Amino acid sequence: MDTSTLPKASQLALHAARNPRWQPGAPLPLHSEIFAPAAQGCGAGAALAFLQDALRAANDESTMPEERSLLWVQDARAIKLGGRPYRAGLPEGLRHRLIHVAAKTPEDALFAMEEGLRCRDLAAVVGEVAGNPRALDFTASRRLTLTAEKHGVPLLLVRLDAEADLSSARMRWRLASAPSSSPRWNIAAPGRPAWRAELFRARSHPPGEWILRDEPQGLAAERVQATTAPDHGDLVRGPGARSLAAR
Amino acid sequence: MAIWCADLALDRWRHAENCRRGEGPDAAPLALIAETAHGPRIDAANHAAREAGAANGMMLADARTLCPSLEVRPSDPAGDLAFLERLALWAQRWGPWSAIDPPDGVLVDVTAVAHLFGGERRLLADVEARCSARGLKVRSAIAPTAGAAWALAHYAASGAILAPDDDMPARLADLPVAALRLDTDVLLVLRRLGLKRLGDLAGIEEGRDRKGSGRDALQRRFRNRKSSSANPLIRMDQLLGRVPEPLLPVVPVIAPMVQRRLLEPIRHRQLLDTVVADLAADMARTLEAKGEGARRLQLGLWRVDGEVLVRELELAAATRDPAHMIRLFAERLDDVDAGFGIEMLRLRAAWTQPLGLDQADLEAAAEQHGTSLAACMDRLTTRLGQQAVQRPVPRASHIPERAQHWQPPLEPEPAEQHQLAFHTRPLKLLDRPERISVLYAAPEGYPRRFSWRGQVCEVARVEGPERIAPEWWRERGTARLRDYYRVEDETGRRYWIYRNGLPTDGRGGMPDWYLQGLFG
Repeated sequence: MDTSTLPKASQLALHAARNPRWQPGAPLPLHSEIFAPAAQGCGAGAALAFLQDALRAANDESTMPEERSLLWVQDARAIKLGGRPYRAGLPEGLRHRLIHVAAKTPEDALFAMEEGLRCRDLAAVVGEVAGNPRALDFTASRRLTLTAEKHGVPLLLVRLDAEADLSSARMRWRLASAPSSSPRWNIAAPGRPAWRAELFRARSHPPGEWILRDEPQGLAAERVQATTAPDHGDLVRGPGARSLAAR
Repeated sequence: MAIWCADLALDRWRHAENCRRGEGPDAAPLALIAETAHGPRIDAANHAAREAGAANGMMLADARTLCPSLEVRPSDPAGDLAFLERLALWAQRWGPWSAIDPPDGVLVDVTAVAHLFGGERRLLADVEARCSARGLKVRSAIAPTAGAAWALAHYAASGAILAPDDDMPARLADLPVAALRLDTDVLLVLRRLGLKRLGDLAGIEEGRDRKGSGRDALQRRFRNRKSSSANPLIRMDQLLGRVPEPLLPVVPVIAPMVQRRLLEPIRHRQLLDTVVADLAADMARTLEAKGEGARRLQLGLWRVDGEVLVRELELAAATRDPAHMIRLFAERLDDVDAGFGIEMLRLRAAWTQPLGLDQADLEAAAEQHGTSLAACMDRLTTRLGQQAVQRPVPRASHIPERAQHWQPPLEPEPAEQHQLAFHTRPLKLLDRPERISVLYAAPEGYPRRFSWRGQVCEVARVEGPERIAPEWWRERGTARLRDYYRVEDETGRRYWIYRNGLPTDGRGGMPDWYLQGLFG
């Protein structure tokens, strides 16, 4: 038996081998949650950036260009606080593929998201729900995860102005805007979007904090070193250190 | 063969009132009126009213002076036209195809048909008898061309027959020029020229020395009139069969329909679902036989007490999948009040589209394999409404909120001119721009700081202005231009704000500032 292809015992023992740090181009889990303030566009912007990053990786593998539609579900409060998607401001490849659902209540928004996840003709479902509605509890979140994983349609749920309560999302981000990089031709102008992103719970990655930049060639990330707590990096955490909920 | 319903509107009114000619409400003077810009005008007056002096086309005020006791009812031209369409279909009992001849006539092709009824005279008698049995006063005529039949039906004695070997110009010479189906202004011109009968016109056409010089003169007079109803020469040629006159036949479209009469009235939802499932399966079979798919479905529920409940469903794409129909109807049947029970159900596909036959799903159900996009959209629109599920498409406008238009998700995108790529637009646009208070160095300078929703933003970086002028062809003259700025504050919040107007544009006082969009 050829043992050279198998991983070494020392590799398996290392936490980093089993749980590598998140980096751009890492596979997008089928259910992610992004917590963002409602008065900024950073939640939706980052959701689309993650999605495009994943689609780009998938596109490199297949020869067929991706032409499936994108379902964007908003509840009434999210529309009131943050507005509707604007076609001319969307990323170039997604403009003609957007289908927008304006649900009145969070219950309707959950229904629309679940129906969208059941439809394999959709590239992804983006949801925007404001606050912590009663309907979006752990059961509803678990339902969404199971549907997404059954049909393989990724869900990016943007939670506007929400507390991180119980959820079964595979990756949970907390986002805020960050100063953008200067454009080349006009230093005084705002440049390409940048976000300060904290990954505070993920199944396959240790938590961390990054400055994400949406560059034309893809998502760029640079690590922010936490100043308060020392970075234990590759040390294995105890089972009690990561609760199901948050933090 | 031309059939002219001389009194169509009144015959329909009598039918609705369930009275015969000259009896009951019809005995008193009565007129059907239509509202016009100059007041009510009489569309049709009954016999008693005509005796008293009222006439069709007269203003109601004039008729009232002649006959103060005149009763009025509103006329119904749309209903008349719909009735005419049904009459034209029914008239296909006398010939292979028929056409409607608005406002009150029907044309039937009876070529080589008359012998089935025992000759042309008996055919016309049959028409007369059957129509009068339905309370319709008709006048009919048979001629080799549609124009000649129309002329004879309207202006000759009833039952006129023009055989192909008759001398057509001679037989028609005594009819007035109105028999040419011309517009009233053309009739006025002809009357002023002294041409009152078809014979006069034919005489002029031939000219004094039979060289056709008169025809040239008429041709010059009407050289700008290309429409056949405005040019007497074209009408004359059509009447005599020298040029063809295409007619548009009526073709009946039968909507696929299935129904179930129930032995025992049902009052429970479970049974109702079973019957709807049966109906959907029947409908799928019917549609499959025709190679069509349904776009709109109507489910009628007849209750024991005579009440009819109708539930309508519109689909994003043509379909004939019974499971899909059942699922969509299940949501619509929640609020049905069965009362004493439902005894009949009828499912009708009011709008169908061709849909090719496809292979049935050989694998397991949709639950395992997901739904198609069209089915997903149907489920969403059925629960959330048509307005909730939409796709943004560009529209030709400079104003940002107007440059985006919403349309149903599966419609094809309209053709568009490419947008200019060097303008950066925000990812999200607020439904209504929100007013902000801005601190600026100079009224026309960059904003320094603004507060929105109780938060203060120190502007760190700014780009602008992008000036968008008001669209004068859509808006009022007082609309002000907009100067858009992209701003970013120290923490990286990026917004799209604009100043509505200039301080010096003379369209109001100091301009207000608004926040319209959020960047990613």
